[in-house]
Amino acid sequence: MQRRNSRWLIGTGLAVAGALTLSACGSGSGFGDTADAGGELTSDSSQGLNVLIGSSGDAETASVNAAVAAWSEKSGTDAKVSVASDLNQQLAQGFAAQKPADVFYLSTDALAGYASNGSLLAYGDQLANKDDFYPSLVNSFTYEDKFYCAPKDFSTLGLVINTDLWAQAGLTDADIPTTWDELAAVSKTLTTDTQVGLSLGGEYARLGAFMAQAGGSLMNEDSTEVTANSAESVAGLEYAQTLLNDGVMSYASEIGAGWGGEAFGKQLSAMTIEGNWITGAMKSDFPAVNYTVAELPAGPEGKGTLQFTNCWGIAADSPNQAAALELVEQLTSKDAQLTFSEEFGPMPSIESAADEWKTANPTLVAFLDGADYAQGVPNVKGAADVVSDLNAQLESLKTGDAQAILDSVQKNLEALLK
Amino acid sequence: MSTPARTARRSGLRSGEAASGWLFTAPMIILLGMFLVIPVLMALWVSFSDWNGRGSPFGGTVSFVGLDNYSALVGGGGLAEQDFGTALRNNAWYVLLVVPTQTMLSLLLAVLVNRQILRGRGFFRTAFYFPSVTSSVAITVLWLFLFSASGAVNKLLAFIGINGPNWFNDPSGVLHNFLGLFGVETGPAALTGNTFLGISFWEWLAGPSVAMSAFILMAVFTTSGTFMLLFIAALQNLSGDVVEAAMMDGANGWQRFWRVTLPQLRPTLFTVLTLGLIGAWQVFDQIYTGTQGGPGKTTLTPAYLSYQAAFTNQAWGQGAAIAFILFVIIVAFTLFQRWLLAERQVSERRMRPYLQNPTSGGSK
Repeated sequence: MQRRNSRWLIGTGLAVAGALTLSACGSGSGFGDTADAGGELTSDSSQGLNVLIGSSGDAETASVNAAVAAWSEKSGTDAKVSVASDLNQQLAQGFAAQKPADVFYLSTDALAGYASNGSLLAYGDQLANKDDFYPSLVNSFTYEDKFYCAPKDFSTLGLVINTDLWAQAGLTDADIPTTWDELAAVSKTLTTDTQVGLSLGGEYARLGAFMAQAGGSLMNEDSTEVTANSAESVAGLEYAQTLLNDGVMSYASEIGAGWGGEAFGKQLSAMTIEGNWITGAMKSDFPAVNYTVAELPAGPEGKGTLQFTNCWGIAADSPNQAAALELVEQLTSKDAQLTFSEEFGPMPSIESAADEWKTANPTLVAFLDGADYAQGVPNVKGAADVVSDLNAQLESLKTGDAQAILDSVQKNLEALLK
Repeated sequence: MSTPARTARRSGLRSGEAASGWLFTAPMIILLGMFLVIPVLMALWVSFSDWNGRGSPFGGTVSFVGLDNYSALVGGGGLAEQDFGTALRNNAWYVLLVVPTQTMLSLLLAVLVNRQILRGRGFFRTAFYFPSVTSSVAITVLWLFLFSASGAVNKLLAFIGINGPNWFNDPSGVLHNFLGLFGVETGPAALTGNTFLGISFWEWLAGPSVAMSAFILMAVFTTSGTFMLLFIAALQNLSGDVVEAAMMDGANGWQRFWRVTLPQLRPTLFTVLTLGLIGAWQVFDQIYTGTQGGPGKTTLTPAYLSYQAAFTNQAWGQGAAIAFILFVIIVAFTLFQRWLLAERQVSERRMRPYLQNPTSGGSK
């Protein structure tokens, strides 16, 4: 018995000693020295910048690499771009170790979590080109009245139409739907034995556009008030439900495709509701399909669409925030954004680049036109969970009760505001 | 420990042994301590703290919050509880179906390929073992293809006239679907009205979703080979004379398997069931690479939920709490089945035929 006891004693002793050592390391690495928002930026120029991106492919990686290298050469500060395989996880590890990447892609979903634990530098107000960003994008990256990070680029949803199937069904340009009734009508015309009129992903990020057109939303613009179960929101979902039940609209997953773009490319549907990222997929996977893009039809409360965006986050623990800010200003400048757009397709987040972008992309104008009335997704802490719960419920919208679904969302979102 | 042994240890002749023992085991103790014990203790602390993922969990700004993280999961009434309940429901069905199936299948395969008369035994052993040595990510991808709406499995089903489901996109519960065949679409109010962990009893009884069923098939497919190997090793260890004795007593093949072979496999059975239980409760890679919890959260599992809570929602305390609840569940199940498989005295009822007086037995 005695030997056993002493063994346990030593084991526990080791564990405690180890834990103490670790905790000492942790608190020793300096908790107090992080720059507060609005204070002086750190500028330890001996340190190069690490840029962490979640890339959509080689084109994006090469393009960001080139832009960062150009800045690095001009400014004399080293900067290295790494591509994350799992951006959320790598960011979280960096923040926990207090050695995060200096500059990184950040989604609207992740903003609240990192902003509330102090990992992010709220540098938005110090940007030289601050007023040039679309106000709705600035809203998306404003958390508790602080503008945290510069929108990198953005996308909106549009109605993508297969022109060949359109012509085959005897439709002309004049028939492009501008109202809900017209959308229902052309969807019906385009539905045949082998294809459905309209397909889209069965999630809030697509169906939410119908809610917006009906004047509804999940939360108000500043994410301070929950409006999920308003009569308008319910009307939007019910319209989508009608289209589903009439058989003129299907979820992409129901017709054997991973997302709307795939269903559209495989010509399983004649129209889809997707963002401007669809152009890349069409070019690489379905080059033979001819298509055009229109603005989403207006609902009872006018036009509505959703917008999605990412920003350039800067870490509060970065030793060289000043240089990071300069880099971000460079990366969000008009020239850089137009180059990005040309090389891998996103829409510039600044208004001054709009005209040139429209000239360069005459076929995609509808996407950028959507910016005027686009709605952002809620960015309160925990909203991503609520949205994923909503998505789970939307999968059975066909047989579900729109009011009940949105009531549960209302309840869950309200719990977040408490 | 007996007294003589202790005196022997103190006598001086062998006094160096303890020190060298510690010396030789030190590298392993340090390694295990660094990478296993300390991280586990840290995670335990995180589950009781409000650490938010920035800096060290032992830093000055992190405070002890008691059971807050745990109570949000098991009684918060919010989305966290509901998600946790859903994840437990999904995983419980997964365990319930995977563990018995894989154990029976692996035992069957082991008995089949262990037969002396089977030709090409080596080939079959390799073939059955193959899925186990393939990476689970590769198999998941394969599975996504096989079970896609227009994939090979549905083509095969169509061949025999069955309109296959849209496997990985079908959130409907298998049991609910079965009841639906008899026109039962909603459960009785007693089941739908009352909830446990945020989801109604009717939902608990939904069965695995069609999507989860595909994962269940996959788990059985991949793990049976490994466990078959364990059973083969155990079968080859059994001495033939016991079976021969049973033969002499007139036991037929079926009886010999159930009454003679299987009881001797008890230790292996315990190993297989324990490993199976642990593996099935911790299912993660398939979900992470395959469905990420969808469709309709029906493939969400506690392990994946824990990851999601921590890494995407920055709710580190809650993520750690889920991991520890999962730990408790696994330990409880393991203890339960150890109790179930424990060697017991043969019950009197069973013994009676053998205890009967030979003369009275003969006189009947």
